[in-house]
Amino acid sequence: MADSDGRQVDGVNHATDKDVKLQEIALAKNEGKELTKEEKQRLRKEKKQHKKNKKDDKGPPEKEKEKEKASVPAPSKPATQSPAHKAAPAPVHASESAAAAEKPAKSKAELRAERRARQDSERTSKQGKKEGGQQSASSKPKATPNELQPVVKRLPEHVQVDDPAALKKLAKKLERQQKSGQGCGLNKTGVEVPLRSDYGYKVSLFSHLHQYSRKSPPTLQISIPATVIHPSIVRLGLQYSQGIIAGSNARSVALLHTFKQVIQDYSTPPNEELSRDLVNKLSPYISFLSQCRPLSASMGNAIKYIKKEISNIPSQCKEEEAKGKLQACIDSYINEKIILASEAISKYAIEKISDGDVILVYGCSSLVNHILCKAFEKQRKFRVIVVDSRPRLEGREALRRLVKKGIRCTYVLISALSYILPEVSKVFLGAHALLANGYVMSRVGTSQIALVAKAYNVPVLVCCETYKFCERVQTDSFVSNELDDPDDLIVTRNGKSHLENWQTVKSLGLLNLVYDVTPPDFVDLVITDLGMIPCTSVPVVLRVKNVDQ
Amino acid sequence: MPGADKETDLSERIESFLSELKRCGSGAGSLRGSAETARETTALLRRITAQARWGNAGELMEIIRKEGRRMTAAQPSETTVGNMIRRVLKIIREEYARSRGSSEETDQQESLHKLLTSGGSSEDNFRQHFTHLKANVIEAINELLTELEGTTDNISMQALEHIHSNEVIMTIGRSRTVEAFLKDAARKRKFHVIVAECAPFCQGHEMATSLCKEDIETTVIPDAAIFAVMSRVNKVIIGTQTVLANGGLRAVNGTHTLALAAKHHSTPLIVCAPMFKLSPQFPNEEDTFHKFVSPHEVLPFTEGEILSKVNAHCPVFDYVPPELITLFISNIGGNAPSYIYRLMSELYHPEDHEL
Repeated sequence: MADSDGRQVDGVNHATDKDVKLQEIALAKNEGKELTKEEKQRLRKEKKQHKKNKKDDKGPPEKEKEKEKASVPAPSKPATQSPAHKAAPAPVHASESAAAAEKPAKSKAELRAERRARQDSERTSKQGKKEGGQQSASSKPKATPNELQPVVKRLPEHVQVDDPAALKKLAKKLERQQKSGQGCGLNKTGVEVPLRSDYGYKVSLFSHLHQYSRKSPPTLQISIPATVIHPSIVRLGLQYSQGIIAGSNARSVALLHTFKQVIQDYSTPPNEELSRDLVNKLSPYISFLSQCRPLSASMGNAIKYIKKEISNIPSQCKEEEAKGKLQACIDSYINEKIILASEAISKYAIEKISDGDVILVYGCSSLVNHILCKAFEKQRKFRVIVVDSRPRLEGREALRRLVKKGIRCTYVLISALSYILPEVSKVFLGAHALLANGYVMSRVGTSQIALVAKAYNVPVLVCCETYKFCERVQTDSFVSNELDDPDDLIVTRNGKSHLENWQTVKSLGLLNLVYDVTPPDFVDLVITDLGMIPCTSVPVVLRVKNVDQ
Repeated sequence: MPGADKETDLSERIESFLSELKRCGSGAGSLRGSAETARETTALLRRITAQARWGNAGELMEIIRKEGRRMTAAQPSETTVGNMIRRVLKIIREEYARSRGSSEETDQQESLHKLLTSGGSSEDNFRQHFTHLKANVIEAINELLTELEGTTDNISMQALEHIHSNEVIMTIGRSRTVEAFLKDAARKRKFHVIVAECAPFCQGHEMATSLCKEDIETTVIPDAAIFAVMSRVNKVIIGTQTVLANGGLRAVNGTHTLALAAKHHSTPLIVCAPMFKLSPQFPNEEDTFHKFVSPHEVLPFTEGEILSKVNAHCPVFDYVPPELITLFISNIGGNAPSYIYRLMSELYHPEDHEL
């Protein structure tokens, strides 16, 4: 190590980093382990990153050191984790750089000592786990039943809007993605994966979330024809951002159908494996879609499933066969998790509907509508009260479907809830996602309905398929939510609209939330395709699902 | 003849007042505030006292009761009219008792013994003629009018005792009392207001724009988001249409949900209501409590094909039980809901509860 000491005395910081890498290689060689292909790839990528940093000469030296510290504890990951890997150090970097800014600058000697101590401990731990247990310190949520889940998870980008470092990271990531997909025809004027800008004054409590306007779609900045993004993905993104496709089931099904189309049109470039390259191809699509509208929990689970299926394709499989297999997988996913699940849920739910019931529903949930139509076909006698709320007024769509079926309906706005609730015998609610701590994430207003129903002692039943269960935990509606276009709140009555020029008024803000969370003590029963469970059993279902996979 | 002219003039005024009451009630919300209604009613009653023909207090009370019944029938949901009539009747009783020389205290004590023994003596009580009764009554009504004019200011003066800086306050719909209350506090303190827009009339929008003119940080939220944001709210301050005799409220629809959400988060609920809104009615949910307006506000005629097969409701008021309310702020100070019945006995005479 005398060599490295001598070089460090120069005081040039990026020399010390190269140093560390050399130390690592020396270390690995000394232990007699051959550098695996993955490790070589990783080192190559880090060298590239360093070259870019050196050229731009950006960031305080602390940042570099932190990055090294972050990448050293995560030694080897399978190559298929590369897109996740690319992104994983980035948010970790972002959060750590924020932390680094607050810490006072440590002396070089202290940092050197820390690094050495960490490398020693890494060496001993590497020798300890000789077998291919490569999944330990990574940020993958999969865990064997004996191990506890790792705590460090990726903080999603869409709740870090107030952190300028995170935004810079996202912009760089989008740029990287468009560069990686293109050949020689780089279109200098058009942006391939656009970064959408926020609109209007954001309420201070929600400054960490995006707020987009429907009038400026993300496709304005895309060049025509789009070379990086598949046209059906562009169409899907536009449909999401304009609200043409809404509702978690509809969005997931549309996403899966579009991915089928993408897989159909995909052709493996030479010298690349389908299992790895296709996943890389999908990443810019997913970034684009999340720019159009933040991904829902059901979409997230579907994407995870697809990526897993793709990465499990054996390398000797021919391309046509692989594509056919993937399409069959997607079809069976839609069939099992969505269509058959709703049949199973209807069967359970119909047991709960008796003759003479007055059922209250809120907004437009495809699952709840399906249940009511099925129950009506089975000759149950009941009537329905549809509660609706501004500004989306989705209840009108539900009203149309139920009336077309022939069900007797009443329609009120959510402010008349206390008036109508004494007549109600049951409340059926749909869900966007079920969180691991038992909270129900659903359209804004659902928690209010559950609250008032509890006050009047009316049972509340939530209907949700298991593919919407997610491992996140959340206790309030602020930390992770979606802000819709604030202009939707403007209304014209009697020719006057008071909020028309709300942008010009300095201290006025409009808040258009999309989701809220309902605490589990308001919910009496959750009906899923696995049966009827209480709200608190959601983590049990998640655990069983993970073991199965 | 001057007498006949005065009479026709008086009846004309009464008729025009009645027709205005009928008209304004059918619009969206209240086109005129309760304070103006109260003031106009009292002014009209003063005119009746001055110009109508009556010989003694009993006759005057009969006239006022008759006109009062017509006025409340014109717009049953506008309770301030009835409240003012009862106040004036109480004034007349007091003035009569003072002229007779007997103190008011003994009359008001309603012990069981008194009810059994002195039942008959109240019958002919008001037949005596006093020359100065008219002047006294008119003077008392003038005092009442000055009190009415000062109610909003009295309430706003208490604002600084209840709002500290950097608070988040929530309100619903539009109440002129609450608006004045918040504006007064904003002169000295900085705080944030969240206004629930209160569909379908969306009066919250007007409230928000008017608060912004005083540089108060305001946010407008749809009704569905009330529970979602309630965890960050420090206080809920609302106005009401009527304060009922048990301490409950008859307020704009959506207020019950707001009160339940506040109770769930243990957020104090403060009601700013001047005393003329206190009504000796107990809530009766079946017939008289609810008022409905056209369901066109809820489901417009553009949805024509389903409109005929669907029942749509648009209630205007909500009942809020007294257990959900923390404090009443009125022009005579702050009170707990359990004290409201006592205030009522000071304002109205029990025999006047039924006009």
